[in-house]
Amino acid sequence: MNYHSPSSFEEASAIAAGASGTTRFLAGGTDVLVQLRADIVTPDDLIDIKHIPGVKEISRTEDGGWRIGVAVAGAEMTECADLCADWPGVVEGMDLIGSTQVQGRATLVGNLCNGSPAADSVPGMIAAGCTVTVTGPEGSREVAVEDIPTGPGRTVLAKGELITGVTIPARGEHGGDAYLRFIPRTEMDIAVVGCAVNLRLDGDTITEARVSLGAVAPKALLVEEAANAIIGTTLDDAALDALAAAASAACNPIDDKRGTIEFRTHVAGVLAKRAAKIAYARAKGESA
Amino acid sequence: MSKRIHVSTTVNGDEADFLCDPRETLLDCLRDHLGVMGVKEGCGTGDCGACSVTLDGRLVCSCLVLGVEAEGKEVGTVEGMAAGEVLHPLQRKFIEHAALQCGICTPGILVAAKTLLERNPDPTETELRYWLAGNLCRCTGYDKIIRAVMDAAAEMREAS
Repeated sequence: MNYHSPSSFEEASAIAAGASGTTRFLAGGTDVLVQLRADIVTPDDLIDIKHIPGVKEISRTEDGGWRIGVAVAGAEMTECADLCADWPGVVEGMDLIGSTQVQGRATLVGNLCNGSPAADSVPGMIAAGCTVTVTGPEGSREVAVEDIPTGPGRTVLAKGELITGVTIPARGEHGGDAYLRFIPRTEMDIAVVGCAVNLRLDGDTITEARVSLGAVAPKALLVEEAANAIIGTTLDDAALDALAAAASAACNPIDDKRGTIEFRTHVAGVLAKRAAKIAYARAKGESA
Repeated sequence: MSKRIHVSTTVNGDEADFLCDPRETLLDCLRDHLGVMGVKEGCGTGDCGACSVTLDGRLVCSCLVLGVEAEGKEVGTVEGMAAGEVLHPLQRKFIEHAALQCGICTPGILVAAKTLLERNPDPTETELRYWLAGNLCRCTGYDKIIRAVMDAAAEMREAS
C-alpha cells in the first residue's frame, strides 16, 4: 500500500485518477481502517487528505451559511456553538455517530461517502439542503447531498473524484431543523430508522419544508410528499397524520434482525411527526 | 511489501521516532515499535475503546488511526498519567473502588475519563456514562467504574 499525503485537492484527484489499483481517501478513517482491518478493502493507494489547507476549518460563507471542511470531526462541529444554534438537526445527526472516540475522528463527508443507507448524518444534510463540492480531473461541480449516494456502499463519484467540502445554506429567519433516529438502545448503534425535518415559518404557518428519511430504502430519501403534507399548515394533528402517512408511504426498507419492514415503515411515520414538532418549536425560538 | 515510513511524534511529552509500514495502526506502532504496552487491543475496529489514546488532546481509538498519521502529533496514553510514583487521582480511585477485574479495559477508560474531567470537572453521572459509552468492560458491570470516576472528580475539584 502506498501512502500519499497531497497538499491540494487537485493533487489528490490526480493521484487517484492515475492509480491503477484500489484507491481510498483517508480523512477520519473510522470506516476505511475498519475495512482495512477486516480485509474487506485493502487499498493499493491510500490518499490522506488531512494535509490539505483548510480541511479542518468550519467557516461562514458570504451569504451567512456554513462551509464544513472534509476533515472536520463530529466533536468539532458539536463544539461550534454558532453552528449548533443555526443547524441543530445537522449537528445532532453527526453527533449520534459512534462513541466519543469515533466523534474525535469521524467526518460528515466520510459518513456520506461510505454510502450506508443508515448513515446518521445524511438525512440532516439532505433536509437542510446541503451541497458538496466534487473535484475531479474535469474540474469542480456542486452536487446536492441527496444525489451523492446511489445505493448501499455506492456513490456517484467517478474515478479521480473526491468531495472537497460541505456547504450548509444560510439558516435565515424563523427556521428550525431536527433529526431523530430509532435504535433499540440509547447509544452506540446503527439507525433502524432515521428522520430529519427542516422547515420555515411565517407566523404559525409552515412556508417551506424538507423531510428526509434514512435506513428505510437503499439510500437516504428526500420525501417531497411528506414536506407537502405540512407546508401551508400550522402542524395541527391532521397535518401531522398526513406527514406520517406520506413518510411511511415513501419507505422501501429491508427486513433484517434490527427491524422488520412493517416496523420500519410504521416508525418512519412516528419519527417524522416527532422531528417535525421539534423543528417547529425550534423555528418558533422555543427550546426543544 | 510497502515502503517503511519514518514517523516523528511525541508520546506522553517525550519525542519518539519509529519506522512503520503505512498499513500499521497507531496501536500497533505504540506497542510493537515504541514498547508502550498500556494501550490494549480489544476489538481492533473502534467498538471497545481499550486502545483509547489522545491525539493532540482529542480522545481517539488508536486502532482507527494509522501510525503515519501520528507524524508531528502529540500522543497521550495511560503511561503519561502518573507523576513518577504518584498515581493520578483517577488511578488511585480505581484501586480504592476495585473498579477493575481483568484490567484490559482500564487504561482506555482512565484516558477517556481524564479527557472528560479536563473538559468538564463536574459531570453528571449521565454525562459520564455517555462519555464512556465507547469503552466496554465485560467484568465490572460498570457501576464501580462510574463510582470511581465520580469520586475522583469530586476529589480533584476540592484540590483545585
